[in-house]
Amino acid sequence: MAKVKKTVKTIKVNADSCNGCRGCEIICSLVHAVPKYSSNNPARSRIRILRDPLKDIYVPVFAGEYAPAECMGRDKYVIDGKEYEECAFCRASCPSRDLFKEPDSGLPLKCDMCEEEDEPMCVLWCLADALTYEEREEEVEEEAEQEKLEIGLEALADQYGLEKIVDTLARMSESKRG
Amino acid sequence: MRYAETGFNLEIDLATGNIEKVETDPKLMETHLGGLGTSVKLHWDRVPPETQPFDPENLLIFSTGLFNGTPAFSANRTVVTFMSPQNELLAYPMMGGFWSAELKYAGYDKVVFRNKSPEWVYLWVHNDKVELRDASHLQGKGALETQELIKEELKEPRAQVAAIGLAGENRVFTASIEQGRSSASRLGGGAVMGDKKLKAVAVRGTKDVNLARGAEFLELMMEVREYINFRNENPIPDVMTILSGIGSPQEMLHTDEKWHTENFAWGNARLRRKGFWTKEIEESWSSTQREGIQRLISCFNCPQHCGALICYQDTPPYMAKCFGKLTYAMAAYVDNLDFAWKILYRATEYGVDSFSTPQILAFAVELYEAGILTDKDFEGCPSDNEGRFYWLLDRVARREGIGDVLADGTYYAAQRIGNGAEAYAHNTIKKHEQLPLKLGMLDPLYFLMYSTNEKISITQIEGNWPQAPFPTMEQREAFVQDWPQLPDEKWKQYLLDWEPRGEKSNPYFPTPEIASEIVDWMEMLHNIDDALCLCAGMGSFCLKPPYHIHNYPKLISAATGMDLDEAGLKKIVNRNRNLHRAYNNLKGMSRKDEKPPDDHWKYRFPELEEELITTYYKFKGWNHDGIPTKERLHELDLDYVAEELNKRGILKDGQGQEDSQDDQGEC
Repeated sequence: MAKVKKTVKTIKVNADSCNGCRGCEIICSLVHAVPKYSSNNPARSRIRILRDPLKDIYVPVFAGEYAPAECMGRDKYVIDGKEYEECAFCRASCPSRDLFKEPDSGLPLKCDMCEEEDEPMCVLWCLADALTYEEREEEVEEEAEQEKLEIGLEALADQYGLEKIVDTLARMSESKRG
Repeated sequence: MRYAETGFNLEIDLATGNIEKVETDPKLMETHLGGLGTSVKLHWDRVPPETQPFDPENLLIFSTGLFNGTPAFSANRTVVTFMSPQNELLAYPMMGGFWSAELKYAGYDKVVFRNKSPEWVYLWVHNDKVELRDASHLQGKGALETQELIKEELKEPRAQVAAIGLAGENRVFTASIEQGRSSASRLGGGAVMGDKKLKAVAVRGTKDVNLARGAEFLELMMEVREYINFRNENPIPDVMTILSGIGSPQEMLHTDEKWHTENFAWGNARLRRKGFWTKEIEESWSSTQREGIQRLISCFNCPQHCGALICYQDTPPYMAKCFGKLTYAMAAYVDNLDFAWKILYRATEYGVDSFSTPQILAFAVELYEAGILTDKDFEGCPSDNEGRFYWLLDRVARREGIGDVLADGTYYAAQRIGNGAEAYAHNTIKKHEQLPLKLGMLDPLYFLMYSTNEKISITQIEGNWPQAPFPTMEQREAFVQDWPQLPDEKWKQYLLDWEPRGEKSNPYFPTPEIASEIVDWMEMLHNIDDALCLCAGMGSFCLKPPYHIHNYPKLISAATGMDLDEAGLKKIVNRNRNLHRAYNNLKGMSRKDEKPPDDHWKYRFPELEEELITTYYKFKGWNHDGIPTKERLHELDLDYVAEELNKRGILKDGQGQEDSQDDQGEC
């Protein structure tokens, strides 16, 4: 089976180094403001620090995928005697909580790893070294890609009907040829 | 659209419960910037000087500065202004933390409280929803406990809460306003808050703060970021550890306390213990410090680690910062840090200033030992140093027995106790307890800052100028080589010339003229920080900071859209300072009040000190009494101030600084 390369991007979070300053939230909302850099507002940030200072809880979490529905059960962790709030480590914008939602529209927010910048700005801004950007190449089997494509198409078919998808594909390929 | 500021203040009438959202005049940013500057203007306009600290008319203003809520590193101070119960002057203690940014995000620059509430209340600001809520169930609760209870009852763990403890409720003159790891402590803001029956102010905001030229602002901030990194990696050599870095003194990070424990005075600002910092003490204190500190923490958007979460033995967790670590232990003559961690927790819950309060307690111990206070006053008090301090702290916070007298601070307590007690209240300026520093040789810069600054609680020189000359020329040359913060290249020579001994040393060098120049510069930096609500630890307080006179105007211009140059910025903050001074002059402050404690230095030089003050006043454009002249006020567009001073007979028509030189009799 053919192998293809893909780039995996990570923000490694060292919660032990976090000093709780929320600089990551500020810079994220500045970079993603519309127009760019025109304003800032941590409520719009795609990274948030779950802070409970007196319990020594500092967890920077950057936004992941939008989840249309809540999980059947919720995470609850106790680590080193500290009980973290429900779903503390989950990155989803999810109906169970108000995290990672645009304050005006309620639309989900998702980290884009600051694609237009050299590296995620929260990483650059964090002088406490709680955030580290990592990038690595991974080889994956092509079939996996194929599988992904099928899952995607199936979802679209569910939504619009298979016939409409086929018609659309036909029209798209027609216009490309033309 | 308003940039950097929100353009709205909250006006709260505590007597009627009326709440108004008031749009502010955009011109005020051009004339006073914001923060302390615009707050002083509000006091000047609205609180007549006849007002007493506990009159309903005394305003209590919680203010953000121009940079809170923007991406400016370390813009996290809240400046609280009120007429102080300790000396009736316009006080402005500040706190770091997270409160100011939250208020900006809620959409307000200031919260202005007037009058008194009939019942205990707290204010809850959540974006456009603002309400006064019943706080009767919080009466008697600690300042930390209150913050947690309010967050819980509002179901808003992200709310930021500033609260008073029992000391504020009881109008103790050194009561603080506590918020997370920070507090606005000096000069009794907690007492004014308690007098108004305002237990807390809770804030939560999710709105935008706008920047006029965001890309430019970010670019400038990248340079600041670089410099912060550079300074964190390159501590200044040849100075004490505590002075080598940036940020507020890193006393949670550093365990080396040789400098404080040996150079500051123990007890009631009495005894310097040279040789205290032995190997055994170092080991014991370092290990207790490490045991107590769970995590080093910062304020909003600041990369430093000035604060800490303290989880020490059975003491409930609390947060601490700075010199509060040592003030109680040193005042009580207790040689271990165990006591320090424990009593600091209790003091934080009571909500008292950890600089002035320990001195009040030590003052009481001295009076007892001298027989001026008696066994009757100390009935039930343990006899050991630690026990006495806990007992006294409880009495002061609760205003019980002798504590009721002590709660007014050493100056008023001494007046009430009499019988020679006045001599023991030896460490105040303008009735406010100063840091317990007793030094040898008069230092002209420090003399001026200490005597004349409107802050009244200047702790140390608190400036960009080194606190002592470097012994060798090589060290001086190395220091001045890389000093972009200086306003003028010629100043490098002042530092090169400054010797530890001989003709060009303290007290005669820096000369009064040079000292005035340097002090004026350092004070100006403070006034800029206080208008922006930037932490002084990144600007005006420390050596070679990331913010300075050459980048402030660019940053302010990019943030606000005003086109401000260095001269323009200097003019604004000079206006703020002179307005503040004139207000204090209305309250009766003048040259007679501007002197350090008699025993502050061992070697004093009365003639030189007079010359220093006179030269500095002249430099500032103030008359012989320390009142801004009509000409100076005119230059600063403060003619209305001159008129008021004139009307009240504080300035006389045509009286410039030259005329008043002859008026030597008054001081």
